[in-house]
Amino acid sequence: MKISTARRLAQIFFFATFVWLALVATVGTGWTQWRGWPIAWFLQLDPLAAIGTALTTHSLHPGLAWALATIVVTIVLGRVFCGFVCPFGAIHQFVGWLGRRVRRPKENMAVNAYRPAQAVKYYILIALLGAAAFSTGSAFVGRLHIGLLDPISLLNRSFNLVVLPAGDLVFERWFPGGRFSSGAALIGGLFVAFVLLNLWVPRFYCRFVCPLGALLGVLARRTLWSIGKTGRKCSECALCDVDCEGACNPMGPIRVSECLMCMNCLDTCPSAEPLGYLKRPSRGGEVTAHGVTRRGFLAAAVGGLSAVPLARLGGARTAWAPALVRPPGSVAEEEFLARCIKCCECVRVCPTNVLQPATFEHGWEALWTPVLNNRIGTSGCQLNCIACGQACPTGAIRPLSLDEKQGLGDFKAAGPVRIGLAGVDRGRCLPWAMDRPCIVCEENCPVTPKAIYVSEIRQTVRDGVLEVASADGATLRIRGATLATGQFASGDYSCKLPAEERGRAIVANTGDTLTIDGAAAWSEPPVPGTRVEVQIRLQRPVVDPARCIGCGVCEHECPMNGLRAIRVTADNETRDPRHSVLLAAHAATPSLPSNP
Amino acid sequence: MNAPDSIPPPEPSQTRRAFLRNSLKAGAAIAATGGIAALVWDRHPPGTLGRGEAALSLPDFSVRDEGGKMAIITGADRVRTLRRGLDALGGIGRFIKRGDRVLVKVNAAFAAPAILSATTHPDVAAELVRLCRAAGASEVIVTDNPINDPESCFALTGIGAAVAAAGGTLALPRAGDFANGTLAGGRLIRDWPMLLGPFRGVTKLVGVAPVKDHARAGASMTIKNWYGLLGGRRNQFHQDINGIIVELAQWVRPTFVVLDGTTSMMTNGPTGGSLSDLKPTHTLIVGTDPVAADAFGATLLGKTHRDLPYLARAAACGCGTTDFDALKPARDSLS
Repeated sequence: MKISTARRLAQIFFFATFVWLALVATVGTGWTQWRGWPIAWFLQLDPLAAIGTALTTHSLHPGLAWALATIVVTIVLGRVFCGFVCPFGAIHQFVGWLGRRVRRPKENMAVNAYRPAQAVKYYILIALLGAAAFSTGSAFVGRLHIGLLDPISLLNRSFNLVVLPAGDLVFERWFPGGRFSSGAALIGGLFVAFVLLNLWVPRFYCRFVCPLGALLGVLARRTLWSIGKTGRKCSECALCDVDCEGACNPMGPIRVSECLMCMNCLDTCPSAEPLGYLKRPSRGGEVTAHGVTRRGFLAAAVGGLSAVPLARLGGARTAWAPALVRPPGSVAEEEFLARCIKCCECVRVCPTNVLQPATFEHGWEALWTPVLNNRIGTSGCQLNCIACGQACPTGAIRPLSLDEKQGLGDFKAAGPVRIGLAGVDRGRCLPWAMDRPCIVCEENCPVTPKAIYVSEIRQTVRDGVLEVASADGATLRIRGATLATGQFASGDYSCKLPAEERGRAIVANTGDTLTIDGAAAWSEPPVPGTRVEVQIRLQRPVVDPARCIGCGVCEHECPMNGLRAIRVTADNETRDPRHSVLLAAHAATPSLPSNP
Repeated sequence: MNAPDSIPPPEPSQTRRAFLRNSLKAGAAIAATGGIAALVWDRHPPGTLGRGEAALSLPDFSVRDEGGKMAIITGADRVRTLRRGLDALGGIGRFIKRGDRVLVKVNAAFAAPAILSATTHPDVAAELVRLCRAAGASEVIVTDNPINDPESCFALTGIGAAVAAAGGTLALPRAGDFANGTLAGGRLIRDWPMLLGPFRGVTKLVGVAPVKDHARAGASMTIKNWYGLLGGRRNQFHQDINGIIVELAQWVRPTFVVLDGTTSMMTNGPTGGSLSDLKPTHTLIVGTDPVAADAFGATLLGKTHRDLPYLARAAACGCGTTDFDALKPARDSLS
């Protein structure tokens, strides 16, 4: 078997594996569900994620040790990851191949010639790692933005949030009711653009953009073996360029760091003698430099480093974004941003679709990090779910146990994890502002005792003072009234005499009569001329901040459809004591008995 | 400049024939345009009345001649009380015949484990499936349009697995399952999306619900359970909770209902969340009259039907009676 065939098989295998792990990343125990599948494996294999988070946090999150395997393979064998493993690379190569088929060999040779612009990816890498490395204690924490362009994060995000859900719009196979992501157009648009660019230049992303490819290119600089010249006769026909994926000039001098290990040159060489996968150095000469100038290096590094003070100057530490409600188990915001690689694995596994990739509205640094949006999705954050923390490959969301999330067992003293606090907008709430019964929020509050309780009042309705014309048992005839039949018969209205503390339930009404519950009728009916009041019983929701966990089920269910009348903000979230609302003494002691 | 692309003048002999041919083509194009326009003409443009307003109601699933029947069985084992209750009504064969397609409407509203009694107990749902199958039902479909995420609800409550193991079919609500329904003479259920997909081909309907406290409605039992057939922004109906429950009672005429008061949720309903919200009331009701079943169920919560205004109103609409004793309920105890 030719080595290029082996490479193709490996690409098919790893791409299929990637797609499978994306498909099964749904909460459940069936074999087509998450169960025990290593859904974040490709992210864990990613050395850029490992090195980036190690720079910002000075520690290696356990699962990311997989990246060591990638690093070792690259140092010994070259960019095998790019050529054989990377699922994004497989897509680029396939689409590039489609584009190559319509060009003549001579045009392909030109397209696959090395371009100085291939150094751009190294500048991108330098800037991203520069931002991550600038970490001097608590004042300056490195900013991790590798996820914007890291190919595995990008593909994970695009596939899970756009490609699969788009397929599901057609097949309705994986998500009943569909799956939606805020800003899907930007995520998907970038993906489509990067894929289509391969029709112009094959492996466009790999050659010019990919920061992971750049990192592996640096590691591959002193690789032990590489594609090279054997020293036997070469006619210098340059046919090796026709299918060259990396634009690395295999005819020589070869650019070792650019070679993507596609092995196509071994096939297109007409004599099969002059080229081989050999011990270095190549007999045809090598270029080991990356095309990065000293000046360019400094500019990229300074550009990246400046992200740290610039981000600090935004004042987000005190003027933090209250709408940025993070999933349960998230670490405090600065560390969160130092860990999150924007892969959106948590967004993918969230069973209710409430977890969303942030758009620019939460600040540019939060782009594509997870945030709860209680208007998208099928419900709020589910009380009995801990999927997001289990899915996170970098520890930005800690893997909570159910006990820790709900404040049970060993975590009783600490109480439940709060991701925010609901607040009633009394200017919009139906019973508070518009004299109509509702309390859907109270009904759906999942904590016990409920964090939403009701304050009950009886409110005299608009034009609700009526003059009695006559009384007949439980029925009053009203003078000059033009009521709508049944208007006060819903069970929420009562009729109160001036001397009464509390009215009696109205069971029916016509245009000019009111009938109260016969069993509660007056012993002495009101005399003509008495002014009675029609009152509505209103239960008005009140939030107990000591109980509210910020799950957002209330906000999701609120019938005020546009801007909800009860909304969750990140206030009082457990992950940052500086965001607390309550006096610690009041917040910590449960005042009522919970589970026996 | 020379003009290499210029068209030579047509030969005179071709002109008339070409003109006629072109005229025919133009005529055909105009006719096709007009035809397509007539075909897709919108006779009910947005904003005009009559759009999708056809009264779409459910068939009456009640069994003729069975009238109002009721059994009240006490005991802690809900599977056995259910069997005993059905036997007391003359056996499930009185209601389910060979070849029937049965729809079981459970309460799977919340993604909470069965032990919290916020949802229909999976044992009761599964036993109903088994009994219907044993009575000859060709298929038993179990459905609900829950409040929390549907998949999580059916998984966490245990209903999904229990129903599958008992040989039932689970019908999760999908977008295509909702069609606009209108209750003839109704005020609230007018052109409103209803969960109708699972009703396709169904000949019998069974409702099965737990007994729960409910701050807005007073209590949530068998009639309130039909709320799960509503789609859309159904939360609006909380503004007239009694009205919507009465209309649901009119819209849905089940074959029989099961009210599971083995454990009742006394406080913090309808979500519950703690065992301290629950009370062992060890009673299960099977009946053909949902109003009577709920009127009795209210007593398990320490209330009467007078605390639940929708019951008297549903009775006034001919949906049943609040005076459950008038049905001479069969009473029995396990022990």
